[in-house]
Amino acid sequence: MIIALLELRSISKTYQGQALLKGISFTVNSGETVCLLGVSGSGKSTLLRIIAGLESPDDGFVLFNGVDLASMPPHTRDFGLVFQDYGLFPHLNVFDNIAFGLKMQKIPASEIKQRVAALLKQINLTGFESRRVTDLSGGEQQRVALARALAPEPRLLMFDEPLGALDRTLKDDLLNELRVILRRTKIPAIYVTHDQDEAFAIAHRILLLHDGVIVREGTPAAVWNNPGSAWAAQFLSVGNIIGGIVNAKGKVKTDYGAFTLTCKHKHSKGEKISLLIRQSSGAHETLKLKVQDVIFKREQFEVHAQGGLVFHVKERPKVDGIIPLRVKVECLHENPKEKPSGRGSLSVRR
Amino acid sequence: MMENMLDHGDGKRRKFNVQGLFVSPWFKRLLLWLFPTLFLLQFFFVPLFRILILGFDASALKTENFSLAFSVLSFTFYQASLSLALTFILGLPSAILFARYNFYGKSFLRALTAIPFMLPTVVVATAFNSLLGPNGWIHTLLPLSSFQFMGTLTAILTAHVFYNTTIVIRIVGNALSRLDPKLEYAARSLGADSSRVWWNVILPLLRPSLLAAALLVFLFDFTSFGVILLLGGTNFSTLEVEIYLRVLKLPNLPLAALLSLIQLIFTLIFSLLYTRVINQTTVQTAPRFSASSFPANIREKIFAALLVLFLSSFFFLPLVSLPLRSLTRLEADRGQRTEVQYGITIDYYKELFINRRGSLFYVPPIQAALNSFAFAGLTVLFSLFLGFPAALALAKPTWLEKILDPLLILPLGSSAVMLGLGFILSFGSALSLPIFVPIAHTLIALPFVVRALQPAIASIPERLRQAASTLGASPFRVWQTVDFPILSRATLTAATFAFTISLGEFGATLLLSRPDRPTIPVAIARFLSQPGGLNYGQAMAMSTILMIITCVSILFIERDDNRFA
Amino acid sequence: MKRISILLPALFLLVSCSAPGPKTLTVMTHSSLAVSEAVIKSFEKENNVKVVFLQSGDAGETLNKAILAKDAPLADVLFGVDNTFLSRALQADIFESYRSPALDSVDDKFKLDASNHVTPVDFGDVCINYDKKYFTDNGLAIPGSLEDLVKPEYKDLLVVENPATSSTGLAFLLATHAHFGEDYLNYWKSLKDNGVIVVDGWETAYYTNFSGSSGHGAQPMVVSYGTSPAAEVVFATAPLNDAPTASIIGPDTCFRQIEFVGILNRTKNRALAEKFVDFMLGVQFQEDMPLQMFVYPVNQKAALPEAFTKYSQIPLQPAVLTPDEITANRDAWIEAWTAAMK
Repeated sequence: MIIALLELRSISKTYQGQALLKGISFTVNSGETVCLLGVSGSGKSTLLRIIAGLESPDDGFVLFNGVDLASMPPHTRDFGLVFQDYGLFPHLNVFDNIAFGLKMQKIPASEIKQRVAALLKQINLTGFESRRVTDLSGGEQQRVALARALAPEPRLLMFDEPLGALDRTLKDDLLNELRVILRRTKIPAIYVTHDQDEAFAIAHRILLLHDGVIVREGTPAAVWNNPGSAWAAQFLSVGNIIGGIVNAKGKVKTDYGAFTLTCKHKHSKGEKISLLIRQSSGAHETLKLKVQDVIFKREQFEVHAQGGLVFHVKERPKVDGIIPLRVKVECLHENPKEKPSGRGSLSVRR
Repeated sequence: MMENMLDHGDGKRRKFNVQGLFVSPWFKRLLLWLFPTLFLLQFFFVPLFRILILGFDASALKTENFSLAFSVLSFTFYQASLSLALTFILGLPSAILFARYNFYGKSFLRALTAIPFMLPTVVVATAFNSLLGPNGWIHTLLPLSSFQFMGTLTAILTAHVFYNTTIVIRIVGNALSRLDPKLEYAARSLGADSSRVWWNVILPLLRPSLLAAALLVFLFDFTSFGVILLLGGTNFSTLEVEIYLRVLKLPNLPLAALLSLIQLIFTLIFSLLYTRVINQTTVQTAPRFSASSFPANIREKIFAALLVLFLSSFFFLPLVSLPLRSLTRLEADRGQRTEVQYGITIDYYKELFINRRGSLFYVPPIQAALNSFAFAGLTVLFSLFLGFPAALALAKPTWLEKILDPLLILPLGSSAVMLGLGFILSFGSALSLPIFVPIAHTLIALPFVVRALQPAIASIPERLRQAASTLGASPFRVWQTVDFPILSRATLTAATFAFTISLGEFGATLLLSRPDRPTIPVAIARFLSQPGGLNYGQAMAMSTILMIITCVSILFIERDDNRFA
Repeated sequence: MKRISILLPALFLLVSCSAPGPKTLTVMTHSSLAVSEAVIKSFEKENNVKVVFLQSGDAGETLNKAILAKDAPLADVLFGVDNTFLSRALQADIFESYRSPALDSVDDKFKLDASNHVTPVDFGDVCINYDKKYFTDNGLAIPGSLEDLVKPEYKDLLVVENPATSSTGLAFLLATHAHFGEDYLNYWKSLKDNGVIVVDGWETAYYTNFSGSSGHGAQPMVVSYGTSPAAEVVFATAPLNDAPTASIIGPDTCFRQIEFVGILNRTKNRALAEKFVDFMLGVQFQEDMPLQMFVYPVNQKAALPEAFTKYSQIPLQPAVLTPDEITANRDAWIEAWTAAMK
């Protein structure tokens, strides 16, 4: 059994009287990139600050290598931080920004020079040493911020929505570069974002944060295939969610027909539950829906059908016509707050 | 010329040539400097030039004049540097205290530190004397043998710190609360402990404001006059005192002109040094306001507690003697055959409202207060009106700014006495017009206002402005919707400075006063110019009223300060 | 912003326009001028004029400013030149001559200007005041002369003002010169050895250092005015039976100050100015002066208030120097004194 590198146990924090984080627990292992996914204001940045030691939790522990970090001030933890608005030191140039952590470690100047040069090469900014950071473009600044965080070879990297300020193409490029660097250096990383595409692209594991708790944890594929709750499904735009009532013998009656389902949970007759409708070519069920709107989306067409359901098809259907769609109908947890039971039952490989 | 043709939906196409005009950067720049330079020319350079030309002649250049000038200059420099150092030793931790920490009574303490700035020197001298003088409390409570306070260098330095700490607290504190906390987080995560965060990140970023505050404090101390005269006794003489003597007392206009010139040259040198050293291009990527919080750990608590204790004593003890004196009957030790009176009384306050002698120059306190406020209000308007454009231009300096900026500071470092004579030459009997009072105050307040505004303006990211203008906002609208909200706090600081400078009547010596338009400091001086318990008590009562008014004004002006936290 | 740029010129205009109506007589004076509102109003009513006062600092400062502005005078009348500045004022030639008929009621000893460019208005004495209670409590005899002040029993008990910055201090310096002649510096050195305190001005000396004032200072003797004891009674918080202080009026211990008024050259209101000078010499103004400015009237017909007769003393032998002598030597004496007292 490998002991997790970073472990959070029951971290709780209230902010201005409201509970922001309620008993957050998770781990990060060596070489792993874990993504904290949630809406803005859900406490993700606060969690990062707690891990970094810049704030203290009201309750709970932060452990690294089994050691409680409560007594370690932030400058001793060796955790790197990358922010959305870069947080570069405006009074220092590119070289000095990147070298900052190395200076703090009192590394000799010649070695600093070497290491900074290597990092600049890694981020494709060779020759930028004496440039003012405020003269750089957004993408360049973010890369410098990354290099600065990497320079002191931290034990853990934390990213707080690092690509939020950049435009689409830049985002994609940087995301790739980030992936490559993280895979290569094997530094464990926590990546916080509200953008699921980023999360899916970069994470080994995703943690969905909602209302102060982690509602779903798993690999991107696992989470996509089984969002676990209505909220998660909605947040991830996994498919369409409809409501239904359970009638006798495990059938669920909905506006679109009655479906037989096998759910993990037992439901009683008359209970209202949420169902997830996902497009699937090999699925059993077929829905016939009236088309209300069709939007071109490059390789496919986005179809808005009756009841607000959204699907993607390859050929353009006629508006006001009826199209058949093969779908998978799945159960969802009624209570979005209910998360899968404790660590043991998750499909996390140790 | 760019033409901006917009379709207003009514089919007409309009051309806005004005847009093109505004685009020309040189025109914009000249426009910004137009009013400030006109003001300085008319009310500073021309009068000063006239009096210097009048006074200066060959007889000024005698060797004995130069040796006098040299020795006086050395002392002036010496006491100003010492005062500056001490002011920063108290002011910097205080700025940190107010910017970072919350504590009970914070607004009040902050206002308290600003009160001395507005008090006439004679009031401050009285306050210190009643605390530290030969018959003051300290001597009564702790009968130490002889410690002499009045008439010593210590008294001068203490009074300077007492006056000027608020400058550091405001200017540096403002900049401190504008620092992005993320920079600190980044530094800490990169291995910097608290002291290195300060040394490597915070202090360098504070450099512009530190230098600005240092320059202002130094200039104030360099041209200090009343403090030297009243608290230093006759043993000390600075440039300003000598100029005063040579102009008004033992007239030696050539020597006075020479000394003025020397004073001006040095002021110019200091402000040139300042503009050279200051890093104008340090820009915050995004303005944030750091929240202030209650001290968290033991170290912070001790720091805050000790500093609050010290500040309270230092500012409160001298000042509290004035209200106390105004409320106690002072006839306790009268000679034989007189009735001994003790006790608390509000007679002095009541007396303020009575014109017992039917005097023509009786100063009704409410009228005096209103006059003081009216002048202060006008000063705020004038100095903001002139200071904003100057600060805007200085935010992106070109060679023009490098020349004009030091000139802006000059009034602060030049002899008010000489300038007063220049005013007489330039304006004659028009000098008695009330408008000259706020004008004189504005001359002094302008550098403060500019220094308070300029760093904030420089920190507004250009992106925001560009975004606004591409959305169709005219330059004025951009200013109104982007700059102004971000600048609110700095504007408040600037306005407070102008207000307090005016209330404290700096620059009043430039003018001829009209006794039918008295202000509170004038009233206080009148009471103290004649003997008698009633006069003294009323002076104390007026001083107390002045203190309360200024305290309330500051609290009122800054009541929204926490909104920005 | 736009609103302000319109307001400004409007403000200027508003303020610059003087109200049409009665003529204005401008009187330039020092900041110690005090007069009853009723008295001035009667002059204004009688002559259909508005009297405007301009004040700026003490007598010397006011004179210097007037001299500076002599080509474009700031006022019609200048009040407050005293005998220590008289020669300078006359030399600067800023006045027009006028002989007021009221001068007939004035003793000749006040008429220091035969050419009548200036007219005497009031006089007073700069005397050493002492705190009665201190002397009784400590069983000290009151000094009777300048020489007494250097005696050891009076060590550290006297506070004087710097003659360079204070006209009161200057007057005392002149008194010592009148008494000791060229030897005056030795006297001052003895005073210094006897612990004399020197401060910048009257306010500080009286209210900070003097034990007999409400400031409760440390020194029981201060260079002040002969009328100060009367002022202490008049301005007492509660009625007093007796003045708490008194003046030392030995030979030459007090210095006589006489104040003058003059019509400034190029005035456009000559007739009104003349009337004002007459008015200042008239009984109404002269009787008003004592309780306002705490000076004595020169008009022999003017009656003195009770406080003055009871609590203020006029010395029999005040120190007197001629204006010319003062003007010629003042600067040199001050510099010498400054050097001696370092």
